[in-house]
Amino acid sequence: MRRHSLQHDSEGRLHHLLTIEGLKRQQIIDILDTAESFVSVGDRQVRKVPLLRGKTVVNLFFEASTRTLTTFELAAKRLSADVLKININTSATVKGESLLDMLHNLEAMQCDMFVVRHADSGAAHLIARHVAPHVSVINAGDGSHAHPTQALLDMFTIRRRKGEFAPLTVAIVGDIKHSRVARSLIHALTTLGVSELRVVAPKTLIPAAVESLGVHVFHDLDEGLRGADVVIMLRLQKERMQGAMLPSEAEYFATYGLTEEKLALAKPDAIVMHPGPINRGVEIASSVADGPQSVILEQVSNGIAVRMAVMSMALGRAPAEGEGA
Amino acid sequence: MTEQDDIEQLIRQMADDLRARLEAARVRDALMVGIHTGGLWVAERLHALLGLEQPLGELDISFYRDDFSRIGMNPQVRPSRLPVSVDERHIVLVDDILHTGRTIRAAMNELFDYGRPAAITLAVLGERSGRELPIQADVVGRHFDLGEHEHVKLSGPEPLRLSILEAP
Amino acid sequence: MNITIQHGRLIDPANGIDSHTDLHIADGVIAGVGKVPDGFSADSHINAEGQVVCPGLIDLRARLREPGGESRATIATETAAAASAGITTLVCPPDPSQPIDTPALVDLIRHRAKQSGHARVLPLGALTQGLAGQQLAEMATLKQAGCVVVSNGLQAVESTQVMRRAMEYASSQGLTIFLHAEDPWLAAGGCAHEGVVSVRLGLVGIPEAAETIAVARELQLIEQTGVRAHFCHLSSARAVRMIARAQYDGLPVSADVAVHQLYLTDMDIGYFDTQCHVRPPLRSQRDREGLREGLKQGTVAAVCSDHQPLGPDAKLAPFPASEPGISGLETLLPLTLRLADEGLLSLPEAIASITQRPAGILGLLDHGEGGTLATGARADVCVFDPEPYWELRADELQSAGHNSPFLGWELKGRVSCTLLAGELTYHTCD
Repeated sequence: MRRHSLQHDSEGRLHHLLTIEGLKRQQIIDILDTAESFVSVGDRQVRKVPLLRGKTVVNLFFEASTRTLTTFELAAKRLSADVLKININTSATVKGESLLDMLHNLEAMQCDMFVVRHADSGAAHLIARHVAPHVSVINAGDGSHAHPTQALLDMFTIRRRKGEFAPLTVAIVGDIKHSRVARSLIHALTTLGVSELRVVAPKTLIPAAVESLGVHVFHDLDEGLRGADVVIMLRLQKERMQGAMLPSEAEYFATYGLTEEKLALAKPDAIVMHPGPINRGVEIASSVADGPQSVILEQVSNGIAVRMAVMSMALGRAPAEGEGA
Repeated sequence: MTEQDDIEQLIRQMADDLRARLEAARVRDALMVGIHTGGLWVAERLHALLGLEQPLGELDISFYRDDFSRIGMNPQVRPSRLPVSVDERHIVLVDDILHTGRTIRAAMNELFDYGRPAAITLAVLGERSGRELPIQADVVGRHFDLGEHEHVKLSGPEPLRLSILEAP
Repeated sequence: MNITIQHGRLIDPANGIDSHTDLHIADGVIAGVGKVPDGFSADSHINAEGQVVCPGLIDLRARLREPGGESRATIATETAAAASAGITTLVCPPDPSQPIDTPALVDLIRHRAKQSGHARVLPLGALTQGLAGQQLAEMATLKQAGCVVVSNGLQAVESTQVMRRAMEYASSQGLTIFLHAEDPWLAAGGCAHEGVVSVRLGLVGIPEAAETIAVARELQLIEQTGVRAHFCHLSSARAVRMIARAQYDGLPVSADVAVHQLYLTDMDIGYFDTQCHVRPPLRSQRDREGLREGLKQGTVAAVCSDHQPLGPDAKLAPFPASEPGISGLETLLPLTLRLADEGLLSLPEAIASITQRPAGILGLLDHGEGGTLATGARADVCVFDPEPYWELRADELQSAGHNSPFLGWELKGRVSCTLLAGELTYHTCD
């Protein structure tokens, strides 16, 4: 049998979605196209299609999250799947056999998909390696590693607004070092082939060797924003003030916060994005977050269609060789 | 093999038939909905011939197929578009070939997810034996007598052509 | 009991021997090489035709988990695994669960090892009490109890003042100090080399500077205090160069490398392979080449297994939450032999890196207590067949720890018998 990556089945179709890295360009386009057809489902009287009727989706959240969990739940329900939510006490470390025991118990209850959120990088890969062959795993965020559905919904939003990726200059501003969203965005944007991809932050928030991912590094916000078509702001966690990453929120906002004045340096039709939740007055001014160039709320509603697309593609596969039905 | 002229002739007959039906039932303001892809081609012609007021609607029933878990997701799904509310409206549902009835079942399920139509009239260009559900068309262009391994397929949109193929 | 090992290729780097000749053992010590010594008559013969006969292997670092971690491994299981891998002497470092800071702990470990009889275990005494890096351990007492070396294990001595005094005191007692060079602040929370892999996988990186800054500090203190020091499991090319420079300047320092660092890099982590989670972390290919070069030049004298047997749970966790370590006893010899196959070292040099040189670092060589087949030395001997290929399989590992990134690798060279002070501790031959 041909060797295939963990997230693809033996026929090259998406089995798990763990990271954007390794997805082919056409595969990303297919997901965005499928999502496009799901958008209208939200406008109907019955916001539901029967695609995943009889399938059970388990939201396995080891880390608190409201928005991501909600949109995954809505997406699954709009596909008519049964949805189970399991919040694991995040203070108790669940690992090793006990984690796998729990997975196998859920499998024994005929679950078909695990949507996993975990504070440690690599958790989704670990779970995908140990689930029964018919179960699909969707990574809803693991540590600082990946958040592939967030990146896909951002690609969806960019495509709807800008059409083509090739001519775009995209700037990602903020805490690149600790951001799983940033890593997934970088893989998605480089795979789709934007003209220039920039990351903008002080060195304390830029991981070593980030250039190896195909980005240009800027430490000056003005230069990083100049001529950008898309500006993606990242959330700044309060913890970063400890551990000597940054002196203060005020200084951060003054040097890296997106204000109307700074945004004027980007192209006049530039769009502003943010994966949320927003810290107003820390990384972005309210007037920009709520302004005409902001597509932040659009991102949220697109999140449902994109997650519907990913779930239906992963579960709607004819069983491949070596998989039980 | 049915020639192009014959098909346009068939559709004209269907239009006459439909007009008579809608008038008899005193239906005004009917919404015509074509099922992707062949049904939509036929619906476009019927819609023009009947001069209906409401724009044509289109349905892609991929999300409603009952064989989803066997054949999987087709990324080329087009969004369904219904230009006006289906609530309390008379719907003319148009497809190319009526065979097992499963496509029509899926289309009706989807229509009901948009609202509660007053009535649905089904018009098909061709019908053949092999029904698996209790579904019959109100307006039929032509009946095909086919062997067990034969299939009839509409190609188009310009010109429309019906071919009978030997199934593998 | 007198034994003659016949017809083998005898490689004894300590005495410059590499020839086909016989080895005679009488009452647990080497009676002679070559012609039969006067008055010697063998009670039994070992036919080593086609095999290599060398001193028993000395592993500079192996955790045995006892006392304190018996659920994972015991001295009995691990010394048996060592014997099956040709190892006759194991150096056991202190760690927080067994800090080896009292003579009682030293005695316990040595006693258990003696009871099991598979290999000699040399406990490293603690440098500071409880390895807490604050108060000096009772080093003179530990020395009396049999520790020849002191170390703080993987625990950092944060205070430079404490480290300086620990070195001064160890030096006064004639003790060698084993150092794990890692700046605790730069390494905090890290689990992988800071570089292209850590950035891709979103893992907290441990920069090369965590090692080089610690090496720099310790070298300054070594120069000042004159302590005889040994750097354990180096991971970066730059640290090797710093130590080469210090040796050139005449400082009494030596170094070793864990054998997995000579084969693997951070790329082998792939998508979060927890078997490649080790400490210090696997670094870049450039670092791997630097470590190999250091071994070839002699800057890095010895190769060790850095054995850490772990239970199955330890690696079944997301990468950062998994425990670092490799169960390495049984891959030490074949992976070291492979360095000779690859042409990096000659076969005698490769063998020296796991026999003569670690014995020298531990001060065993001069007393004939390991690493040599000189007449009168203790008869710790390894006989191995250098030719057969075999696949490393978890279910065939003798160690209680089955954690190894080398599972599935095809290895070459297999031990056929091991003698500890003239007693067979392992054999597949007659």
